[in-house]
Amino acid sequence: MSGSNPYGQDSQHHVLSVLVQNRPGVLARVSALFARRGYNIFSLAVAPTEHPDYSRITIVVDLQSAPLEQMTKQLFKLIDVVRISELDPRFSVERELIMVTVKATAEQRSQIVELTNIFEARILSVGVEALTVSLDGSPSAIDDFMKALHPYGIVESQRTGLVALPKLDRAAPSSAQSAASSNTTHSSQGKAR
Amino acid sequence: MKEKLTGAQALIRALEHENVDVMFGLPGGCILPAYDPLIESKIRHILVRHEQGAGHMAEGYAHVTGRPGVAMVTSGPAATNLVTPLCDAYMDSIPMVGITGQVPTAAIGTDAFQECDTVGITRSITKHNELVMSAQDLPMVVRQAFYIATTGRPGPTLIDIPKDVLQNEMDWYWPSDDEVRDSLPGYRPNAKGHTKMIKEAARMILAARQPVLYVGGGVLKARAAGVLRELAELTQIPVVTTLMARGAFPDSHPLCLGMPGMHGTATAVTAMQKADLLIALGSRFDDRVTGKVSGFAPDAKIIHVDIDPAEQGTVRRPDVPIVGDCRLVIEEMLKAIKDLLQSGETQADVGPWRSRVSGWREQFPLAYDQSEPGAALKPQFCLEKLRDGAPEGTIVVSGVGQHQMWTSQYWNFEEPYTWVNSGGLGTMGFAVPAAIGAKVGRPDKTVWAVDGDGCFQMTAQELVTASLERIPVKIGILNNSYLGMVRQWQEMFYGERFSEVNLSGTLPDFVKWAEAMGCVGIRVDDPQEVEAAIDKANSINDRPVVVDFRVAEDEKVFPMVPAGKSNDDILLHHSQDSRREFLK
Repeated sequence: MSGSNPYGQDSQHHVLSVLVQNRPGVLARVSALFARRGYNIFSLAVAPTEHPDYSRITIVVDLQSAPLEQMTKQLFKLIDVVRISELDPRFSVERELIMVTVKATAEQRSQIVELTNIFEARILSVGVEALTVSLDGSPSAIDDFMKALHPYGIVESQRTGLVALPKLDRAAPSSAQSAASSNTTHSSQGKAR
Repeated sequence: MKEKLTGAQALIRALEHENVDVMFGLPGGCILPAYDPLIESKIRHILVRHEQGAGHMAEGYAHVTGRPGVAMVTSGPAATNLVTPLCDAYMDSIPMVGITGQVPTAAIGTDAFQECDTVGITRSITKHNELVMSAQDLPMVVRQAFYIATTGRPGPTLIDIPKDVLQNEMDWYWPSDDEVRDSLPGYRPNAKGHTKMIKEAARMILAARQPVLYVGGGVLKARAAGVLRELAELTQIPVVTTLMARGAFPDSHPLCLGMPGMHGTATAVTAMQKADLLIALGSRFDDRVTGKVSGFAPDAKIIHVDIDPAEQGTVRRPDVPIVGDCRLVIEEMLKAIKDLLQSGETQADVGPWRSRVSGWREQFPLAYDQSEPGAALKPQFCLEKLRDGAPEGTIVVSGVGQHQMWTSQYWNFEEPYTWVNSGGLGTMGFAVPAAIGAKVGRPDKTVWAVDGDGCFQMTAQELVTASLERIPVKIGILNNSYLGMVRQWQEMFYGERFSEVNLSGTLPDFVKWAEAMGCVGIRVDDPQEVEAAIDKANSINDRPVVVDFRVAEDEKVFPMVPAGKSNDDILLHHSQDSRREFLK
């Protein structure tokens, strides 16, 4: 993993994993709150969870725009927000996916395939003068991959934004507890079904 | 077998089950179905002249009763007219439920006639809102809206109902408390404060030598005036009541220092500046109270009690944050203090602090210059006469501007829930409809609105509503023919360059206007006539009264902390400037 900060040299990012009721408008509520309070978002990913009543929104926030505590407290005021986990990047596993279409002339194609192998990326589509490849990895690995592809000419690309879960402790027995010690969870007092 | 109702019938029955006795509204296309079962309902409906009026009436009603106010209007322009009251209620934490019609579900998103994205527009100014897509959901959504509006930090909620949802059939049910709670897994307001924190606060209170109780609107929302008084009297700690908390502690009480902030009393402002401990109860360190934050109460430790965790540390980091309902927390605090005292702890001597504060109070009372013979009336003089002539327990309502500050300063608030105003949003035009709502909520009380001539012209049409509905409110207009507060700022901070601030000395004719709306209109321009006019207004109880006090146009509100300045830079009435040293 390279030491560069994928969210900008001086930025300080943090990941909020927000469990919400799976209802119309909930994403709008969350994003409107960030806009209204002037909190910056680096990325935002939303998808259903294993339980059909709930979705999880993973937000990479910019701590330079506001204190984390304010963000979580304001978020928690939304009626549809059930639980917020703050995932410290040092104690979480983070993944992102990118798809890139890169120019690939006949001569260049083998070089790009070689890069794809080095980064453990995959070729999704082959065209006459271009290749579409995908890579999942840490944000900085994706940055590195993009840098390596850049000289060939990027036609278009799409990143998914980060998703994350707490890092598990390798030592037995109570891995969940250890994760909780470095990642804070705010939950409604009642049962979170 | 389950009872079949239309969505509209279910809506009205749900409101009845929520013990709604009155609602304020105006029908139109999409909400029409809901107005039909209203004919048979025992709920009183007050037909307004503009939807904004319905919203402010609901707020005024909620202010004085503590029960949620209900406003029902149609879609599109009616919904957007409700936006200002919703935002006002959100800023001042007023429990209120707005009900709007919406175009039929099939037409949503097509820019249909009178369609607007009501839930989108009101998302950031309601505590919660909901677009109802099925008639079957209506009872649950209504229960959720009332539950959310009235619990935790109160606030407005909005229910947006498409026309076909009102027309469709549903099987009637009424959800239990548990079902409502379970339907909202993300909503668990915390009312009970943290015991350890409360004990820590009790220790700090006993140790403080220069403490101040900084009381905000949360004390009134929590119905905590009684326990607040007990706390102040037990500890002999002076009390300041913010604009939203006037009446939470009696002004006549020896411990009461009045209002802090931009136009607060010199004593309240200075006591906070010099305090070694601020006990913030349901107050939120608003910029109008703190002045320049870096210069605010520099030596004070902070205990911050608020039911909304997001208020803790937003402006000033508390030494002891306590999330909870003010009444429950103060009760626990009292217990903790009494326990400490019983176990032999003693309270630091606050005697020297109290005499210092009393000294300020003697040296810096509210002051204004009486008018020269033949010159225009002074607004403060009118207020003193209004206050002295008002029956006991009178509810006073204001708009926003100079008249609001003078009313807050010069009225003697002795009881909670006798002061209604728009604090956070600062909504001009609030007074007339809010007074009507307050009178509907408390018909047993005299309701005086003190308004400005600028404010009055924004919502005066609701006096037609008041006349027709036999709601005898009294309106005193402090008419200086200017947007007075703007004029004051232009005079003081823009080198007397008056820009677009003069309304008119001749138009409108407020007396004729009042009469045209079915009210009694009285004009006063001589100090000798003031008392007689007020007596006459107080004696009329079968219709609204409007008194047009023609007051001096250049009068300014003092004291004043100019925007962006530290509270130490408070500007005093000129007669007190020479005593300034006393405040050091």
